[in-house]
Amino acid sequence: MKNYETVIGLEVHVELATKTKIFCGCSTAFGAAPNTHTCPVCTGQPGALPVLNRQVVEYAVAVGLATNCEITRYSKFDRKNYFYPDNPQNYQISQLYLPICRNGYVEIETPEGAKRVRIHEIHMEEDAGKLIHDEWEDVSLVDYNRSGVPLIEIVSEPDMRTAQEVIAYLETLRQTIQYLGASDCKLNEGSMRADVNLSVREVGSTAFGTRTEMKNLNSFKAISHAIEGERARQIELLELGRRVVQETRRWDDNKETSHAMRSKEDAQDYRYFPEPDLAPLVVSQAWIQQIRSRQPELRPQKLLRYKREYDIPEYDARILTESKHMADLFEAAAGISGKPKKVSNWLMVETMRLLKEREMDPEEISFSPGHLAELIDLADAGIISGPVAKEVFEAVFDRDVSPAAYVEEQGLRTVNDEGALRACVEQVLEENPQSVADYRGGKAKALGFLVGQTMKALKGKADPGLVNRLLKEFLS
Amino acid sequence: MEKRDIMGLTAVELGRKIKAGELTATQAVEASLEAISAREEAVKSFLAVDAAGALKRAGEVQARIDAGELTGPLAGVPMAVKDNMCTRGLLTTCASKILYNYIPTYTAEAVKRLEEAGAVLIGKTNMDEFAMGSTTETSAFGATKNPWNTGHVPGGSSGGSCAAVAAEEVPFALGSDTGGSIRQPSAFCGVTGIKPTYGTVSRYGLIAYGSSLDQIGPVARDVTDCAVILETIACHDEKDSTSLKREDTRFSRGLVDDVQGMRIGIPRDYLGEGLDPEVRAAVLSAAGVLKDKGAVLEEFDLGLTQYAIPAYYVAACAEASSNLARFDGVKYGYRAPEYEGLHHMYKKSRSQGFGAEVKRRIMLGSFVLSSGYYDAYYLKALRVKALIKQAFDKAFERFDVILGPAAPTTAPRLGESLANPLQMYLGDIYTVSVNLAGLPGISLPCGLSSQGLPIGLQMIGDCFREQTIIRAAYSFEQTRQYLHSPLAGEEERS
Repeated sequence: MKNYETVIGLEVHVELATKTKIFCGCSTAFGAAPNTHTCPVCTGQPGALPVLNRQVVEYAVAVGLATNCEITRYSKFDRKNYFYPDNPQNYQISQLYLPICRNGYVEIETPEGAKRVRIHEIHMEEDAGKLIHDEWEDVSLVDYNRSGVPLIEIVSEPDMRTAQEVIAYLETLRQTIQYLGASDCKLNEGSMRADVNLSVREVGSTAFGTRTEMKNLNSFKAISHAIEGERARQIELLELGRRVVQETRRWDDNKETSHAMRSKEDAQDYRYFPEPDLAPLVVSQAWIQQIRSRQPELRPQKLLRYKREYDIPEYDARILTESKHMADLFEAAAGISGKPKKVSNWLMVETMRLLKEREMDPEEISFSPGHLAELIDLADAGIISGPVAKEVFEAVFDRDVSPAAYVEEQGLRTVNDEGALRACVEQVLEENPQSVADYRGGKAKALGFLVGQTMKALKGKADPGLVNRLLKEFLS
Repeated sequence: MEKRDIMGLTAVELGRKIKAGELTATQAVEASLEAISAREEAVKSFLAVDAAGALKRAGEVQARIDAGELTGPLAGVPMAVKDNMCTRGLLTTCASKILYNYIPTYTAEAVKRLEEAGAVLIGKTNMDEFAMGSTTETSAFGATKNPWNTGHVPGGSSGGSCAAVAAEEVPFALGSDTGGSIRQPSAFCGVTGIKPTYGTVSRYGLIAYGSSLDQIGPVARDVTDCAVILETIACHDEKDSTSLKREDTRFSRGLVDDVQGMRIGIPRDYLGEGLDPEVRAAVLSAAGVLKDKGAVLEEFDLGLTQYAIPAYYVAACAEASSNLARFDGVKYGYRAPEYEGLHHMYKKSRSQGFGAEVKRRIMLGSFVLSSGYYDAYYLKALRVKALIKQAFDKAFERFDVILGPAAPTTAPRLGESLANPLQMYLGDIYTVSVNLAGLPGISLPCGLSSQGLPIGLQMIGDCFREQTIIRAAYSFEQTRQYLHSPLAGEEERS
């Protein structure tokens, strides 16, 4: 078999986090009753006209600036004409001829080092409604709540060669866009969608092979599998001396295979033409400057600053900055407590553990940084023991309780009264004569058991070091 | 006051009498409804008459007039609106089967402005289906007749609005003009109509034909009414991104009888082949009247006139093919009763719901936007459009007003035009350039043909120069009497 190289380019749709739709004042909120966030504009009533949402332009420009794009100063919208019931006007307002951003790039990390993936363009467009197929009644219903929700489409150049590079590119885009607050970028909820354009060619060849476009990829896992599968499928065709057909394929996540949706021959003619209902969009230098000045610190800058300011390991800094929400939480709690390393530890260990257990995203963390700082102070002051601190943290994580109040309510303060401790130790020794004998007989391990029993009797509310010392005292 | 005398008044005269307490809004509406019931059978200018709603609104308006809240010139005056403008709760069909049952949930901005000024909506007027046509015969609900001779068409596409005004069923109406649809039927019906500078009147709620060309404008008995109505509907509307922020919308300031030194250009291109000699004579005689009043006349070559019609039909149909895509049987309007699957439903609903002329234009528009033809047709049409605008810009360096006929002939007989659509398209020769260049134009009566049919005079101004053409039109109007159409029952009046 010959040596093949995979060539991949991505079209990424991102739903923008505006409060209202791109061309009308309807809410973009998710999950409302069908057709309640609608108006004459987003349901395609006769005579209704679109008006561009300024915030959409600002988000698109912000993403463009963060991905090193040129901002198109004189941009236009075009109509893409096609009939489908989720598209109330039977045309989508998009940008073909003069998209808002062009010629950018993002840096991704690969095993071979940093690599640039070029961005061909970013354009703005409107989302379609949602079709619900009722199989019992043999009808389809349309919900136009999503019709007119703003999207940007980020089109890369065919610069990626492996599934890992694709994931790295998507992660970088996702982090960047989340940092900008332009979208929550959730693949599983559809606020970030990626179509994969893939072709293969012999290593060393400079010409591109025939590409296919893969749709319906709802997770990084699906994207990886689809890339591997499509690469193998195309290579097999070529090895058999057959041709790859230019077509759009749909990924089936359950079967982990793809099937052809439509070929280039029956590709639709979208009859694009300039949208006559919208004036050309002129983006002034001053406006670009204003958007640039409001850009938040992005991840690469944040990483450098964390190492400098907080003196935490690079590995920790990377984890903490993967999600802007986590980074914000870290900075706030570190600021309040003045103990960045301890805050980092709580986030890196306990928080990550609970996220995994609860199957949550970092974005869903809801506790306040002040409460984490408070917990760290309680533990540092010896008011609560280490094990109790973990228990309290769980309550903070789940319900954002105030640690101080919670400790009082639940009576979790460490028992520092030596008299009480002694009484408890004596009782434990009385109840476990075998372990006492073992220890005295030279089995040092038995001490651990006795410490455990004492801590258990005290419900963890003691300093294990102190318990250890007292036990040794009694046993000697 | 006798009801038929009420309908003999212009909108401004009627408004003045209501304001003076000589009659009420309710009496005005009753007079209008009576005129409609008497003349509608002959003229068929309306698709829907909302008698109960109009009487109710008239009562409310009168109460607000009495309370001193409504003091404008149109308070209490009945009006009709072309059926391509949305009216909340009132059937809006675009004279098409595909919208035969469509009741909008909102009112078009221009109509809303008039209602806020106290005008009372009586009903919706007939038109060519989706404003595609020049005779009002492409209406799915039957043709409107010309009040001057019911064997003739009223023109189109705002034929219902113009016929309703000429038949004195209402003192004024709103029309829309994409390629001459206000000016040409105004000429054929002997009334006055203005197509304002593109962007002057909000298109919000106007069911689009060619979005980059469509403008709403007034149709009335005289220039004064038109200026006052236009003043009321002109506004910057945030709901229409193509609406302009203008500060010079006090159009009634142009109502001055003085053309001393006004430079008027007459394009030779507009007097050539195809122009009916009687129309030519009437237009030149009108020019002579303005000259006598001190205007400076000059004939000149505008150029590019022969390209205007093809460029217009390519651009307008391209936009229409997309604008009319939403009429698909899914959300509202007509759906074919029987179909198998989605695509069949689309196909049948649209095939049955649209008339022949609309289908012709959708096909033409789809073709010129198709990949491989886009550059050769659509882009070329846009380039011609830009060149036509340049030709006008050059002309307006020398002239204040460009004067010519509104249409090459008087109103054709019913049934004559549709047999030859290409011939019908050529009838738009003097009007479409104005839309392509986004300019204001006015059409007003300047005489009758030997057959007794009205002849229209068109005056075109530079962008934003409505006041100039209003001034020229008003000055000309002062030299002649308004001629009531036979259907309006002039002979009955003492």
